[in-house]
Amino acid sequence: MEQTPFRRFLSDYCESRLAVGALIVLVVILFIAVFAPLISPQDPYDLRQLDVMDARLEPGASLGNGTIARLGTDDQGRDMLSGIFYGVRISLFVGFSATLLALLLGATVGMTAAYVGGRTDSLLMRIADIQLSFPPILIALILLALLGQGLGKIIAALVTVQWAYYARTIRGAALVERRKEYIEAAQVLALPASRIVFRHLLPNCLPPLIVIATVQMASAITLEATLSFLGLGLPITEPSLGLLIANGFNYLLSGKYWISMYPGLALLMMIVAINLVADQLRDALNPRLQK
Amino acid sequence: MSVFIIRRLLQSVLVLVVMSMLVFAGVYAVGNPIDILISPDATQADRDATIRAMGLDRPMWLQYAYFVKNALAADLGKSFAFNVPAIELILERMPATLELASCAMLMAVVIGLPLGLYAGLKPKSFAGKTIMTLSIFGFSLPTFWIGLMLIMIFAVFLGVLPSNGRGATALLLGIPVSFLTWDGLRHLALPAFTLALLNIALIIRLVRSGTQEALLMDYVKFARAKGLSDARIIGVHVLKNIMIPIVTVIALQFGSVIAFAVVTETIFAWPGMGKLLIDSINVLDRPVIVAYLLIIVTLFIFINLLVDIAYSLLDPRVRLGESDS
Repeated sequence: MEQTPFRRFLSDYCESRLAVGALIVLVVILFIAVFAPLISPQDPYDLRQLDVMDARLEPGASLGNGTIARLGTDDQGRDMLSGIFYGVRISLFVGFSATLLALLLGATVGMTAAYVGGRTDSLLMRIADIQLSFPPILIALILLALLGQGLGKIIAALVTVQWAYYARTIRGAALVERRKEYIEAAQVLALPASRIVFRHLLPNCLPPLIVIATVQMASAITLEATLSFLGLGLPITEPSLGLLIANGFNYLLSGKYWISMYPGLALLMMIVAINLVADQLRDALNPRLQK
Repeated sequence: MSVFIIRRLLQSVLVLVVMSMLVFAGVYAVGNPIDILISPDATQADRDATIRAMGLDRPMWLQYAYFVKNALAADLGKSFAFNVPAIELILERMPATLELASCAMLMAVVIGLPLGLYAGLKPKSFAGKTIMTLSIFGFSLPTFWIGLMLIMIFAVFLGVLPSNGRGATALLLGIPVSFLTWDGLRHLALPAFTLALLNIALIIRLVRSGTQEALLMDYVKFARAKGLSDARIIGVHVLKNIMIPIVTVIALQFGSVIAFAVVTETIFAWPGMGKLLIDSINVLDRPVIVAYLLIIVTLFIFINLLVDIAYSLLDPRVRLGESDS
């Protein structure tokens, strides 16, 4: 079989069974997120389908209309499984869009810093450094304390927290690549700067960026869940996993564990899977580890 | 060295000024605190009097000017909700947060160091591999959820540990602390462990890779050749050399533990300044939010400065003056 770079990458990735398992879990979670309305036993936010008589049922109990709530119900009589499916959808959406926007912003800043250099470079990197010296949760807390709740606001807060990681990474990678001969050759050919940046520099800086983006997506999802748990993230109309967990916290002390536990397990599975995939990506994309 | 410190100090002051403006502008824009603080039944005269008393009728830039002037005199206004000076309120809650954060850091070192050392000395053993796998989980676990699960197991099902508050406190130098009473220690156990979890994982990984690197060094081989005991080689030669990164990380993490205490305190109803912040955000108690943010930003700038200086003192290879690369 011919050794294309992609095939080599694929076989490198598949060396770890754990990582393949994590990837499968991730695909299943993605499937759930996309098709949540079709596969949920119940639309958890359609009030006509809810019945207060079903509130806080134990896992496995059957609802008034005959459906079985495998993971129990919450205080509104919502089926937890359906709630979790919708929650995964919202959490993934927030994590994914925040990661994408932060990646775009960070890559632009980092690339500009590396390509322009000089004072622009030191100014941009100074800003990034100052921001990185504060823990992400603190910056996000400050921003949300000031901005208030909302889907757009939490995404904005996550982007603000994360752009600096990408900017730093891509600047480092671009500075190394810039000194290589193929860039010099492109410059000698008098190609326009935009072409050099987008066609030559950027593709070669991608591998570290992909790894960082995967790790950062996991941390964006955790951060969103934490903030929503504190009541600072998403509003009650967009119930992410963090909000479901917070909701169950009120009933935890009376032994109704399932309202908090199952959404947390779903969150945990998602984050561990993403981290394991990122770990293997790092090895598979690292040319130094190639045999 | 001193040039570096002065430059860092100036930079810190600049950051502080920018942060204070952002914080003030943001809090001003959040909403109208009058609606929340004055009951709808109050007469118009009462409303006007309260607005004037709080200075809410002044233009925004004037409010900021007063705010800066007062902030320099350590007066950040009175809490709307408690009617006591905001700074006083926060300083009163600060010892509880610092105690929680210190206990969490101590726990992280006491648990993380031996586990990491073991995993570094016997990386192929079953226990060594298990420790490393668990540390991956330590990174991935959403800490706030772990706090809830700990409450569920230890407070609800087993009923062995309390789930909220500080418990009985004893006075140490005039400050109430929990760790001197048995009841206080029992209250401290769950929140401190929750807060320590991430750092346990971090320290395990650092110590393990440090140990593995150190074991390959010539000074360890030489110590072996001299016939020193394993305990002495590990306890003195290896540990001493891996301490620099660990001390740095502990110092840096202390700041983020204080920030993360906001979450832990909310879960365990620990009466520290983090819980105060969340409570204040919920009732839009502006002076307290502003005071908290300014105090924590100052604290952070201070910690970062200390870490930078300590690092240059600990490791002679670091040339801080030439940090631009």
